[in-house]
Amino acid sequence: MSDLFKGYKGKSLLVLKKFKIRVWSETLIETTRGEFKGIILPRSEYDDDLHIVLKLITGYNIGIDVNTIINMKELGYKEAHYKIPEKEFPFSKGKPNVKLFGTGGTIASRLDYRTGAVIPAFSPGELYGAVPELADICNLTTEKLFAVFSENMGPEEYKTLAIAIGEEIKKGIDGIIIGHGTDTLHHTASALSFMVQNSPVPIILVGSQRSSDRPSSDAALNLIHATKAAGQSDIAEVMVCMFGPTSDEYALLHSGTRVRKMHSSYRSTFRTIGDTPIAMVDKEKITPIWTDYNHRRNDRNVEIYPYFEEKVTLIYYYPNMQPDIIDSLVENGYKGIVIAGTGLGHVNKLVYPAIERAIKRGVAIYMTVQTLWGYVHMFVYDTGRDLMSKGIIPAENMLPEVAYIKLGWALGQTNDLDKVRQIMLSPVNREITEREPYNGYLIFQGGVPGIDDFLKKFHK
Amino acid sequence: MDIKFDAVKNYEKTKKIVGYLPREKTKPQDYYEMGFKCGLEIHQQLKTEKKLFCRCPAGLYQKKDEYDAEVIRHMRPTLSEMGEYDGTALMEFKTRKNITYHIKNETACTYEIDDTPPFILNMQALDIVLEISLLLNTNIVGELHITRKQYLDGSIPTGFQRTALVGIEGEIQLKKKKIRIIQVSVEEDACREVSDIGHERVYITDRLGMPLVEMVTYPDMKTPAEAEEAGQYLRFLTRSTERVRTGIGAAREDVNVSINGGTRVEIKGVSHIKWIPELTHNEAFRQKALLEVKKILNKRITDPSKWRIKSKDVSASLLKSYNCPSKNLSGEKNRIVCVNLPDFRGILSFFTQPSKMFANELIDRLKVIACLEKPNMIHSEELEPIISEDELSYIKKILNTKENDAQIITWGSDQDIKTALETIEERCLLAFKGIPNETRKSFRDGTNIFERVLPGPNRMYPDTDSAPIPIEESQIQEAKKSLPSSIAHRIKQLEEWKIPSDTYIYILKQNLFELIKKIIEDFDENPIFVGTLIGHKLKNIEGKTNPVSLFNYSKIYALFAYVIKNKLKKEIIKEMLPVMYKNPNMDFDSILKITKYEKCSEARIISFLPDLKEKFKKINNSKKSSQAESLWIMGELHPIAKGNMDFDRLRRMVDGGKDE
Ligand SMILES: [Zn+2]
Repeated sequence: MSDLFKGYKGKSLLVLKKFKIRVWSETLIETTRGEFKGIILPRSEYDDDLHIVLKLITGYNIGIDVNTIINMKELGYKEAHYKIPEKEFPFSKGKPNVKLFGTGGTIASRLDYRTGAVIPAFSPGELYGAVPELADICNLTTEKLFAVFSENMGPEEYKTLAIAIGEEIKKGIDGIIIGHGTDTLHHTASALSFMVQNSPVPIILVGSQRSSDRPSSDAALNLIHATKAAGQSDIAEVMVCMFGPTSDEYALLHSGTRVRKMHSSYRSTFRTIGDTPIAMVDKEKITPIWTDYNHRRNDRNVEIYPYFEEKVTLIYYYPNMQPDIIDSLVENGYKGIVIAGTGLGHVNKLVYPAIERAIKRGVAIYMTVQTLWGYVHMFVYDTGRDLMSKGIIPAENMLPEVAYIKLGWALGQTNDLDKVRQIMLSPVNREITEREPYNGYLIFQGGVPGIDDFLKKFHK
Repeated sequence: MDIKFDAVKNYEKTKKIVGYLPREKTKPQDYYEMGFKCGLEIHQQLKTEKKLFCRCPAGLYQKKDEYDAEVIRHMRPTLSEMGEYDGTALMEFKTRKNITYHIKNETACTYEIDDTPPFILNMQALDIVLEISLLLNTNIVGELHITRKQYLDGSIPTGFQRTALVGIEGEIQLKKKKIRIIQVSVEEDACREVSDIGHERVYITDRLGMPLVEMVTYPDMKTPAEAEEAGQYLRFLTRSTERVRTGIGAAREDVNVSINGGTRVEIKGVSHIKWIPELTHNEAFRQKALLEVKKILNKRITDPSKWRIKSKDVSASLLKSYNCPSKNLSGEKNRIVCVNLPDFRGILSFFTQPSKMFANELIDRLKVIACLEKPNMIHSEELEPIISEDELSYIKKILNTKENDAQIITWGSDQDIKTALETIEERCLLAFKGIPNETRKSFRDGTNIFERVLPGPNRMYPDTDSAPIPIEESQIQEAKKSLPSSIAHRIKQLEEWKIPSDTYIYILKQNLFELIKKIIEDFDENPIFVGTLIGHKLKNIEGKTNPVSLFNYSKIYALFAYVIKNKLKKEIIKEMLPVMYKNPNMDFDSILKITKYEKCSEARIISFLPDLKEKFKKINNSKKSSQAESLWIMGELHPIAKGNMDFDRLRRMVDGGKDE
């Protein structure tokens, strides 16, 4: 029954019921502002209950104020069905086999009127209908593991994904793509870096910053780049594949442990922090930047470690942070805390007693830097030495989010804090590096003459 | 054998078949008989400080070669709500254009390049559009829904224009009829094109995102003149709000035309309303021509579904008399192909528009769809043959043609030629059906060319980045309080005042009606004097004077006040106005001085009359008419009479010698 009035509630629902009008009815509405004719559309449940949405014959949508409605008359009824043209994905011998795991991101999509949101299109047939170029690159199969928004991806999903990847590799796949919303893409990338080790094939996470319901979307090109990297590259790493510049030119392959989303909306939002990206990909070729990446192999000796302790947290330190923040975490049973400290890895004296209490209760505390770039150096100042003596462990140049994921992963394997420390400080895949290259830190400042000249020629 | 084809003769003959007449010889009745129908979409920039969906300044332009950075995009068709790609979408994708945006920091932020979602709609813009919607007597919507209208040509980096309906179903009153309004919307302006060559198109983003009002009429105009009248009316109406931009590119018209048996064709981006009559006239006849072509083709070919072109590659060495321009031959694999169009003899040189023929329909599509720069083809029906008889015979031979066929030669890269051949076949097949659904681009000479396939209503999508905006009853009531009077009312008033009608366009365009009304009412002035002072004199001054700073029309009111306060006669205004226009900051006393005004009593002016009459007799023996005499005397007295004496009264005294 409620389906007849998709998204309508309160006053607008009463009005629809009063005039016996349902969603998808072609309706003539008489109002104090004149007559309006069109098809009643579902309304987003987040919008108010004072308007009814109408699609006019011109294609425009408008809202009618229910308080102005004098009469409504149904003229016809036509329910719309959304369907993405599905064509069978062609199989060609000799092309690499690539598996796409879906998590609920917006690689290809259609619109949902009820929420006004974008709903993913996913089957190989749908994807082929939307991005036919994929068939030139590989033989694609797909599997929808879950349909969650990026922000709802968590430990359970990481584990399921890792296990599914392991099985697929054992079955002989040539490359794996994971479609993912972009907000927490780098969290998942780092989780998979730890949970899936020694992969013989590329594992690529990809998303889009502009949903595929718009012509300028980055989705199709990201998918093309990711497919190419997964199917054809020699780089057997867990990587994120997203736009290099905002222009439609090439993608960068970022290491799953060094990548971070750095802009709320830019296409080129993903950046490698403290290192260079692994490689560049365009429609024609893959150009490695690293020389020491893990190469593709023919064996199937992948190792899967699907562990995660959920009682781990990441706190962002700020001046005047009170000790009760840490105390309450301990009281609530947290086993691990990653702190994003200031500068070289500092917090103020005010929280010292709380840290001592936490350590005494057996909580693992790791220090990272909120500057993102650079190492924790706790020997430089007394504060740092103080903290270390209290038992906080510096996490080198691990990114805060990566340290959080890794600590959860480590504590998922053991409660022995020495073993945890051993796991934390032994790099699995570049989450800690011995050296930071000079070109690993690049944040240009506009307005500086040389930079502005450069920006005119270089696509950012 | 083959009889030589006379293309010139065929062109003239087909022009007669179409019945083409120049516009000045075409009567309204002729248009009625053709079933001429025309509707307008007028886009007018709004005078807001900022753009519509971001906080960049509006109205700031950069030079076309000036930019800080560039962004490259490609437009890919998306699935429509109904689940299918739309026709235009596929065509544009076929063209595979690299689109480069030249960005300047002052005029574009991350919104323009689609790297940030829209900010909340500019309420100042909505307010102006609400006012215009009320002036057009439309029904105001309860809630604004931002909708995306797809444009895959790259003119908007997102691939769609954000637009929202404010009012529907209104009307305006022209001199003789009412024109209905379909809708009024607020929308963002597009980029300006810098160049479009081959596969590379360049835009600048300064104008992108500026607020526009779009007003759409029903196709109620039944003659080109009515279309112009409606265009002018809508322009005057927007100007009457004083809240729209003026100047080059601030208003642009899309004009749609159809005739009986024809198709709605949209001519885009007409920048002057005065071009509308010629454009719509020619388009009507182009459609008539295409309907004639349809008749002929269907008579010749019983089953068009079996009609196919045939093509063969030829080497450049076989075309000695013509060097295919190398512009389209820059690809890795180049081809020159000749194409046979079965049973198309006499069609390629069929008249379509003044100095254009059916072949142009193909040429223009090859440029737009296959990215082949012009000249991009030659054919067997050129008005002045380009290749020799022998070469043409050779081509006919290798294509194994029949007498009733026509041939084309085109050239380009392998990839483009594939598209070119499809394009040629597609367009020829459309000729069997009549008039393709297209948007076309206008030219100053009144002709038009293919721009793209006309998109259907499918290209509209709800904007998932914006929430709906309610329009409250109180907002409408507030806006109604300060509405300017209607244009129809203004025209009626001007007529009642007996102000000459050749002043109306200027007065309404510059929105000077209220000023004139105020001068007439406040100073009890003669309407004809005020109307012509502004509609003739001021217009004339404006056309040839560059003021040292911005001239504000309200100064004319102050000028009247000054003249009245100083008890001057109003003729002096005509002398002062040019000086004041040139120097908007000069005070009235100084302006008066520059006109060489000297105070002189009426009695003294009149006292010169007897002497002047004597003098006239002496110097003008031959011309003794009293009219010549009074003209000469008026001229002599002008310097001292101006501002001191009413000229009409002086004239009467010169003529009759008597004061009333
Ligand atoms: Zn902006």
